[in-house]
Amino acid sequence: MSAQKMAIEQPESFVFNAKFSELAKKRIAMYPEGKQASAVVPLLWFAQKQHDNWIPEAALRHIGDMLDMAYIRVLEVVTFYTMFNLAPVGKHFVQFCGTTPCWLNGADKIKDVCESEIGAQNTISDDGEFSWLEVECLGACVNAPMVQINDDFYEDLDEENFRQLLKDLKSGKPTKIGPQVDRINAAPCGGATTLNDKSLFDGSMLGSYKDVLKQIEQAEAEAAAISAKEAKEAEKPAPKKADEKPEASDKKPTKKATKPAKATNSTNTDAENVSDDLKPAMLSAPKGDADDLKVIKGVGPKLEGVLNGLGIYHYSQISVWNDDNIAWVDSKLQFKGRILRDGWVKQAGELAKQGDK
Amino acid sequence: MLADKDRIFTNLYGQHDWGLKGALERGTWDGTADFIKKGDGWIVDQIKASGLRGRGGAGFPTGLKWSFMPKGDDGRPHYLVVNADESEPGTCKDREIMRHDPHVLIEGCLIASFAMRAHACYIYVRGEFILERVRLQAAIDQAYEAGLVGKNACGSGWDFDIYVHHGAGAYICGEETALIESLEGKKGMPRLKPPFPANVGLYGAPSTVNNVESIAVTPTILRRGASWFAGLGTPNNVGTKLFCISGHVNNPCTVEEEMGITFRELVETHCGGVRGGWDNLKCVIPGGSSVPMIPAEQCDDLAMDFDTLRGLGSGLGTAAVIVMDKSTDVIKAIQRLSYFYKHESCGQCTPCREGTGWMWRVMTRMVEGRAEKREIDMLFDVTKQIEGHTICALGDAAAWPIQGLIKHFRHEMEERIDQFSANPDKAGSVLNVEAAQ
Repeated sequence: MSAQKMAIEQPESFVFNAKFSELAKKRIAMYPEGKQASAVVPLLWFAQKQHDNWIPEAALRHIGDMLDMAYIRVLEVVTFYTMFNLAPVGKHFVQFCGTTPCWLNGADKIKDVCESEIGAQNTISDDGEFSWLEVECLGACVNAPMVQINDDFYEDLDEENFRQLLKDLKSGKPTKIGPQVDRINAAPCGGATTLNDKSLFDGSMLGSYKDVLKQIEQAEAEAAAISAKEAKEAEKPAPKKADEKPEASDKKPTKKATKPAKATNSTNTDAENVSDDLKPAMLSAPKGDADDLKVIKGVGPKLEGVLNGLGIYHYSQISVWNDDNIAWVDSKLQFKGRILRDGWVKQAGELAKQGDK
Repeated sequence: MLADKDRIFTNLYGQHDWGLKGALERGTWDGTADFIKKGDGWIVDQIKASGLRGRGGAGFPTGLKWSFMPKGDDGRPHYLVVNADESEPGTCKDREIMRHDPHVLIEGCLIASFAMRAHACYIYVRGEFILERVRLQAAIDQAYEAGLVGKNACGSGWDFDIYVHHGAGAYICGEETALIESLEGKKGMPRLKPPFPANVGLYGAPSTVNNVESIAVTPTILRRGASWFAGLGTPNNVGTKLFCISGHVNNPCTVEEEMGITFRELVETHCGGVRGGWDNLKCVIPGGSSVPMIPAEQCDDLAMDFDTLRGLGSGLGTAAVIVMDKSTDVIKAIQRLSYFYKHESCGQCTPCREGTGWMWRVMTRMVEGRAEKREIDMLFDVTKQIEGHTICALGDAAAWPIQGLIKHFRHEMEERIDQFSANPDKAGSVLNVEAAQ
């Protein structure tokens, strides 16, 4: 990451001034007791703000003492993050974004201006006013190309307006932060294509959520009534465990007939407590040789054992799982979310197809 | 095109008041306490039913993620951590939320924290977004003053504290475990998983890390109903999404649109079309720098959603659409991304630390053509050895753009090599090293 060296000439000492000590105290109070080290990055930032935009070594020790951190830990942090300057920079520190979205829209020209107006990268101009640095994406890509000067973003630059901007900064003229062309923030040039409906801004939608809430409550009540009725009916003939019989093995994963409408689906997909209704088709023994499930990315020997234990032996079984089945199997594994993350179903589908050939 | 009344971020461009008064007029904080009174399980169910998938890039179902938080009380606090470390090249959507509609995010934080039984929430804003975090803090102060957060937030009976933390310019801190490390005051190096943050996260306590946009859409989902949200977009890819269209379009912009909108409609409705006309399109990176590019041939009716793009070997990612026209030196464009990943690798895993630098150096030669054709295969092979062999996905993210380049523009790389070897004198002698020096 950042490969910075500390300045050779260092001030003797550093302490926070009244304003920044107050801010630092407030900042430390934001974290739980004993976790004050969390404040290290904000405190380093305060030090940089107080000390002409760069952090002297004495500040690292001061912050280490304040947060009860070993100095080396503070040094580790300060050299990891690229926004900390460990040596003096110009009064106007230009961070120029050169990453692809800005590059596509002409960042090279902005870089040329930096070189011709300010000089080589990372050196302070003779008058002490400027220094510049190429940094990675600053997150204003639809306003490319752009630079950050001290705290402010200047966007939609071209050679001409950037040169002017540097001139204005040097002469102390006020500058316009944000887009340097006629444009409202991230809206398209020429005016926004959306959000022109006045009724969005007159408060006319206030309270409309109550109707929605009522509808949902109604749907929930209906769904509850249906499932109560079905539970009653189901109690009468005791259902046998169908999936233990080998002849039932080819059964497709059970589709829930009683699944409530999507908007009111409220009970079944809870990851911790998944109903067996969602169980996919299982086998009591593999049909012929079991497939090598370890071929599926995300399945190792341990998980293969677990899956076999559940009654899953073949790619074709996995390839037909629906979301409910996945949720059920997921609830039996210790690696939550892995099925979706690694795309087991799709992988198994492809493997099953290969096997058929 | 999505109707204005179905848009969630109604102050995306900052034309209206970002403060509490303006937010209340736009319907933010409307009925928050009523939703909280329905209970945490109800909220999680609604979010699950809405089909919301995480907006930070991976597209994992948000409701499911929330339900992974442990149910019982073992004495440890729960935390919600909001990932506002937006640094994926091409992406600038969370920024608009934080500076122009901060109350939407704060309300979402309250609802999500309550749903996960968390009394505290940290928002980790990237260091460079200074105006954004000042604005967000100002909005939080307003919310505290109005009793919307803090003790008995919104009068719901739930105590809730919300803090703005910030980083200092490390892309890797957008990875959830690196973000947690950084928030704890360490270098932002990703942790091995498991244990997952839902079990051992911030300060060793159960934590969930969510993207800004995922959190900010939840209050509107509850207000409009899960079925409203689920009715937008395509199956399994529902709702609205903020798209950031940059690069070679006439009017680059950030815009909220329906998921599954075609690329062509997106660009022609909101961005004034591709620079030089539709036929001038060369390729597009549809989801931020980490996903492989898609060549123009596949763009005619390309639907912008998670599943379609994954099917094409790319991804929706953060929906940061980087458009390149025919004038683009696409090899150079990808080489610049390789430099980005080299710069941002945290250095923890060898394949990534060494590999990103190696790939950048080879890519730099490829830009010139100073290479042999068999090296293209070697480069591809090395990307495959980096992919999947690192703790976090930065290694994958560095490998994929190059894989996309080789897959779709190998001919261009070979041409470049041919050109170079046909004119060796122009770049100095290759054979006589001493003479070249």
